[in-house]
Amino acid sequence: MSTTGASAPETGYEPVFTGETKAALEALFERYPTKQACMLPALWMVQKVRGWISESAMAEVAEVIGVTPAYVKGVVTFYTMYHTHPVGRNVIQVCTTSPCGLCGAEDVMRTILQETGCEELGRTSEDGRFTVQEVECLGACGFPTPILINDDFIESVTPERVAGLLEGYE
Amino acid sequence: MGYPHPSHEKETVVLSQYFGDEGGRSYQGWVERGGYRALEAALAMKPDEVTDVIKASGLRGRGGAGFPTGLKWSFMPKDSGKDHYLVCNADESEPGTFKDREIMRWTPHALIEGCAIGAYAIGAECCYIYIRGEFTEPLAIMAQAVADAYDNGVLGEKLMGTGPRLDIVIHRGAGAYICGEETGLMNSLEGRRGNPRIKPPFPAQAGLFGLPTTVNNVETLAAVPHIITRGAAWYKDICRGNEKSTGTKLYSVCGHVQKPGNYELAMGTSLEELIFDMAGGMRPGRTFKAVIPGGSSVPIMDADDIKGCLLDYEGVVERGSMLGSGGVIVMDDSADMVYQIYRLTRFYAHESCAQCTQCREGTAWTVKILERILSGEGKESDLNLLLDLAENMTGKTICVLSDSCAAPVVSGIAKFRSEFDAYLSGARPPALAAH
Repeated sequence: MSTTGASAPETGYEPVFTGETKAALEALFERYPTKQACMLPALWMVQKVRGWISESAMAEVAEVIGVTPAYVKGVVTFYTMYHTHPVGRNVIQVCTTSPCGLCGAEDVMRTILQETGCEELGRTSEDGRFTVQEVECLGACGFPTPILINDDFIESVTPERVAGLLEGYE
Repeated sequence: MGYPHPSHEKETVVLSQYFGDEGGRSYQGWVERGGYRALEAALAMKPDEVTDVIKASGLRGRGGAGFPTGLKWSFMPKDSGKDHYLVCNADESEPGTFKDREIMRWTPHALIEGCAIGAYAIGAECCYIYIRGEFTEPLAIMAQAVADAYDNGVLGEKLMGTGPRLDIVIHRGAGAYICGEETGLMNSLEGRRGNPRIKPPFPAQAGLFGLPTTVNNVETLAAVPHIITRGAAWYKDICRGNEKSTGTKLYSVCGHVQKPGNYELAMGTSLEELIFDMAGGMRPGRTFKAVIPGGSSVPIMDADDIKGCLLDYEGVVERGSMLGSGGVIVMDDSADMVYQIYRLTRFYAHESCAQCTQCREGTAWTVKILERILSGEGKESDLNLLLDLAENMTGKTICVLSDSCAAPVVSGIAKFRSEFDAYLSGARPPALAAH
């Protein structure tokens, strides 16, 4: 699956902010003096529901927050954790920054790319099961190599542990 | 304690006492461990008196800059009639640093208590704790602890049932190193790109939402309850070196040591003791080569630099580097310094917010030139070019990300020049494929 190029406009877009999600966002508005401050939380909500943030979703966030779609896109693209393209069912982030790099993180990353069948960073495996990303410092440098699989933070990953760790993620 | 290891006799354990003890995570467990007594004591004082105690203790910002905390609090306007904010910077992303993570994972209520005391001192009714997006476990633990603090009447309408209003909101970041810079963090919290702001105005005049704001690091705020309970004099006495550096500091030791972990030391403890005694020294058969003592943004030290170096704000500066965040990255003789410096600069190039030309262009070109050297295609003039770039990246931008990229290049070329020369002359085979 390609991860480059412009995403096509979605047809038949179903809004995210209805029912419980809408209520959750409205409750959050109470915790901040501006609606715009709920931008990052709103984008997290979209990603939780849809797995990624499409242009149509950005337009919806713009509407509920009260800014322009272009502004939302500017924010989304600033942060590495928001996906602006569809990703695999499981997203793996591997830290290879210097402290982990000193302790073999690049070997861990290569093994993960092989075992998942992703082959290349940023690509999704043919079966749609995994997307692997290289990430800068995960803030657990004493436990090299830390990886994130979805929301699961896993410490002290070695090439030998990779195959076993992946088993739990379909 | 040297989490995940037991305490070492040379540690001075204050903040890390309950690391690894799951019982301290709950509200009840924290109260049983003496929690929230400091907040009660603070509420019995006037806000200015609380600030005075922190001033007298000598506590300085543990995020990296080392600014005196009490003085920072005293910059907040009095009777301005405006809302005030306390922001806790939990966007721990400085390579080599993993201390705030452990504070939040094991002692979430210590941070809430510190935030509550800080908010009371500066007259804030709202505190945002900005936690980096990748910290899924600390985010969940802190959210639970905040909910428990509300349920038990600590937070909300009246602090501890008697004080002023205080709300604490956990705000999740989304992956951007630069949001650890306090003005970038405020922009991010406001729902913008996390570009740092030009100062002045300083946050105490016009910070979050344009209102008076204090931003403090997790470790700084977690130290506050201990100072209130045990007194400024007790804290000030925890000092083995320079009297301007007091209390304990958590050091995250990582890289080529046998026992990586978080060690809590009295200010002025020896760097050599930390690396070789507490963290277990090098692996068998390996010798020490270099250390970056304060997170990746500070100059690299070699074996000569660390001799007799005391870990406090002044002691590390005296030896040519900085204490920074206390992230101690150790490298043994197996480390290729040119490659390691290249990898550090790649981090800064990736994390540059790109609003200042010197940083946007400087970080990217530094990476490209180092790639050229590592692929065996470097030119003799490249080292001067790197140093020239570094000079233009230092002290010329809105924030210090650019300076941080230049620091390892300048110190690396000065201290490990022969390794650069080996790539330039072809004596060392290329580490990267040519482009």
